[in-house]
Amino acid sequence: MKRIIPIVVLTLLCISCADNERTSAAAPPGPADQVLITSAGASFPYPIYSKWFDQYHRMFPQININYQSIGSGGGIRQVMEGTVDFGASDGPMTDDQLKQAKIKILHFPTVLGAVVPVYNIPGVTQEINFTPEVLAGIFLGKITKWSDPELKKANPAVNLPDKNIVVIHRSDGSGTTYVWVDYLSKISPEWKSKVGVNTSVNWPVGLGGKNNEGVAGLVKQTPNSLGYVELIYAIQNKMSYGKVRNSEGTFVKADLASVTAAAAATVKTMPADFRVSITNSPGKDAYPISSFTWLLIPSKIQDQTKKKVIKDFLQWMLTDGQNMVEALSYAKLPKEVVAMEQKALASIE
Amino acid sequence: MDSPSTVAGRMGARSRARAFRQRLQHGDQIAHLITLIFAATIIVITALLFYELYTSAAPTREKFGWRFLTGTTWDPVALDFGALPFIYGTLVTSALALIIGVPLGVGAAIFLAELAPLRLSAGLAFIIELLAAVPSVIYGLLAIFTLVPFLREYVTPLLGEIAGFIPLFQGVSYGVSLLAGGSILAIMILPFIISISREVLLAVPRDQREASLALGATRWETAWNVVVPYAKAGIIGSIFLALARALGETMAVTMVIGNDPRINLSLFAPGYSIAAVIANEFSEATSGIHISALIELGFVLFCITIVVNAAARLLILTTRRKALGA
Repeated sequence: MKRIIPIVVLTLLCISCADNERTSAAAPPGPADQVLITSAGASFPYPIYSKWFDQYHRMFPQININYQSIGSGGGIRQVMEGTVDFGASDGPMTDDQLKQAKIKILHFPTVLGAVVPVYNIPGVTQEINFTPEVLAGIFLGKITKWSDPELKKANPAVNLPDKNIVVIHRSDGSGTTYVWVDYLSKISPEWKSKVGVNTSVNWPVGLGGKNNEGVAGLVKQTPNSLGYVELIYAIQNKMSYGKVRNSEGTFVKADLASVTAAAAATVKTMPADFRVSITNSPGKDAYPISSFTWLLIPSKIQDQTKKKVIKDFLQWMLTDGQNMVEALSYAKLPKEVVAMEQKALASIE
Repeated sequence: MDSPSTVAGRMGARSRARAFRQRLQHGDQIAHLITLIFAATIIVITALLFYELYTSAAPTREKFGWRFLTGTTWDPVALDFGALPFIYGTLVTSALALIIGVPLGVGAAIFLAELAPLRLSAGLAFIIELLAAVPSVIYGLLAIFTLVPFLREYVTPLLGEIAGFIPLFQGVSYGVSLLAGGSILAIMILPFIISISREVLLAVPRDQREASLALGATRWETAWNVVVPYAKAGIIGSIFLALARALGETMAVTMVIGNDPRINLSLFAPGYSIAAVIANEFSEATSGIHISALIELGFVLFCITIVVNAAARLLILTTRRKALGA
């Protein structure tokens, strides 16, 4: 009996060794020990991020990347304080914020999203065209009726009612709002001087709904209303949304191709730190209310294992990871941007 | 010479030690100490909360001073912050909640405690207490999907027609409004008012009722003229507890109030409450002064609830004294 025990133990050991070898053979080289990376930030890209981190964990079981979607503001604050390994944001950090941060922070675009105007006009089933002037006018409170001549001019075939427009905006601070008002301030000097750009602003008119659901709910319920939600949200909830006239004069409906086109059009002017707004970008097919969303990575990472894991993950995200984004209705990064980012990876020390 | 006194002193010390040990064994001292620590914890937490809110709000206080309380703009881009629209929205929705909720709640409590058969009363009380445990986001959903359309389609047009000459009931209504916020708050505070008031009414001594009935009063006269005045202090207490809850309610209110930081006299217009703006903007606030302004709003809300609670205490004290005097 006594002899059997060591034999059993030995066999078990051998099996477990063999097991170890098998996993390490199947997966590309990764760290030997468990690595836990913490991150936090924007909620807009949360579905794709959680999918990526989950997939990455399946490929490398020893790597756990924990992401909390606490909002872009929270992501920026936490990465500035150094309480997370990296952050995420829908709007680029401001110069002031970069200066205040304890370490230099790099921006890495991950996917693209768009914001679309959604409306509810009883009796109107056709798609509505919006010009920049109309959108700015409505949100400034200057265009108050659906039958306004400006709207009629853009939609000659639609029988628009003589009803007041109920404007609906986000009440919570959000990257969606940031993109929307960033666009409005580019096309309307009045918006720029009167309201400005932020994740939450002092709205001249309108009702506030909490989150995409809140805005969508209010739009669906309130006759003759106009609001804005993320493209993904509109697609997933089968909401009808309007075309927007881009800077070259064509009315474009937001979809994955037109959003990627907006990013591709700005490649030539892309700054080295990727902090760029692509709203109202040039390009015949570009949807004008599009935006990158960014990961905020510290340029110096003390922990060597973590540094390697983060760099490897970014590399994977830019290559294989990009193939997963369209299934979740995000637009892919243009190839040129991916190439630029891969170069920028080297600057993480 | 001095030896007897030292002996006495030593003996005194010894007996004192023994007495202390004895008292320890009885547990009084320990119980006293432990409960004191618990009680102190609450005070310390409140004090810390006050201190933390006060110090974190320093940047806004320095920049705006008292103007913060009277300012009516809330502009996170220009970093110009004024709290008045939020204070107004909070007070109006809470007042509205009390105006709708108190008659309903106290009436229901009187029915349950005095007039309803015991079995019905016990059953209903159980259900009402369940209502108090429903998460506020559920109430918010209820409000969005049923209350808001109901208000928009039926209530506000009717109110506008009947009482449209009063500024409170003028203008177009989109459903989401101060009125919707106040109404959902009224529904949410009902369980508190009903269940506490019912308990208080049930605690009124039996001989009070019997005396009144013996004098020839009807059951309703007994309930209204004898039992309710006797329980007045407790009922007022329940109302103020409900008010405190209404002041701080966040989720349900932000879902239906319209979130528009403007002061509108009309109840049909959208508004904004303090708790709602904190919940809405805190997670995405990036600039220091914006965060500090939100914290100062929290501080203002804290002060409002303290004032309300103090007022409640005073009111209960005076009614009790009056009752005793009479």
